[in-house]
Amino acid sequence: MLKNDLTLEYPEVERGKSDPFALFTTFFKIGAFTFGGGYAMLPIIKREVVDDKHWLTEEEFVDVLAVAQSSPGAVAVNSAVFIGTKLRGIVGAFSALLGVIMPSFLIILIIALYFARFTSHPAVVAAFAGVRPAIAALIAAAVVKIGKPVLKERRNMALALMFIALSIGLGLHPIIIIVTGASVGILLHRIAPAKGETS
Amino acid sequence: MIILQLYLAFLKIGLFSIGGGYVMLPLIQKEIIESHGWLTLPEFVDILAIAEMTPGPIAINSATFIGFRTGGIPGALLATAGVVTPSLVLMVLAASILRRFYENQWVRAAFSGLRPAVVALIVGAAVFVGRASILDPLSAVIAAAVFVLLVFTRLHPILVLLLSAVSGLLLYL
Repeated sequence: MLKNDLTLEYPEVERGKSDPFALFTTFFKIGAFTFGGGYAMLPIIKREVVDDKHWLTEEEFVDVLAVAQSSPGAVAVNSAVFIGTKLRGIVGAFSALLGVIMPSFLIILIIALYFARFTSHPAVVAAFAGVRPAIAALIAAAVVKIGKPVLKERRNMALALMFIALSIGLGLHPIIIIVTGASVGILLHRIAPAKGETS
Repeated sequence: MIILQLYLAFLKIGLFSIGGGYVMLPLIQKEIIESHGWLTLPEFVDILAIAEMTPGPIAINSATFIGFRTGGIPGALLATAGVVTPSLVLMVLAASILRRFYENQWVRAAFSGLRPAVVALIVGAAVFVGRASILDPLSAVIAAAVFVLLVFTRLHPILVLLLSAVSGLLLYL
């Protein structure tokens, strides 16, 4: 049903053959070989899905990104489900989803099963003592990267400082911060649309 | 029913982690560490380190690890299922029915307010993890060096993390 409805939406372009198994193996490969989280995966997803397999056109892929990045959840998982649904309906969604999460799941399970044995080894303790502060720095560096384009606008800078005060100062739950952020965005759009804000 | 609780906790985390994997961190802090006490803070930072050094989305890596530590293999399955459920439901809808939803001006307005909130939440995560992991002058030096390397050079984060592990071995062993 769903699959047929979806194929109707498509413009007639030459497409590579996609079946649920190909979706699974392609996204398995993407999940297994990309380090560093969702955003590192996007160029790899594009290479596989657009350049190699010709499942989507460049423009369609840009649409996928726009939706996947502005929805809850991991960007790579969102893209996999979206692409799977577009190509093969619900079955495609599950094939792509299982493919993209299975490598992480299996690798982490193996580490978790054996990790406990090594945690008290002095070398592991020392290595992790070095890695822990690096993780704090990694997150701080993510603030710089993610914050740069957002905080260019003075209004966003003021909002970010307010949210920092609410979240670190008052210790408000992150869900409250997220919901407040969205409400403030809607409110401000009502009162005074930002410059350059289209539509 | 701890595994049902795991599913629901990660469903909540998945539903509100908008804007990338790092937004999950303050949610995990509240839901997993503070509310349920399933994990201690140093354990959480270790899991993050492992999640950063293994392939795949950080959300999946942390859900699997925390689920396993809390409820064994069923826990790992349920936590991972929880964190991907919102993606699955919303993306199937977005790809089939709600294609126009994301172009709606009010949705875009909401996102313009969400972005600074997301930045603030990641600042919170950095402070939170920093408090737990920067404990002596040596660790402060490692954190400062890693920050400089990540912001000002194009070194791959995994390489930088491996360097920090080696410096840990040299400094602490």
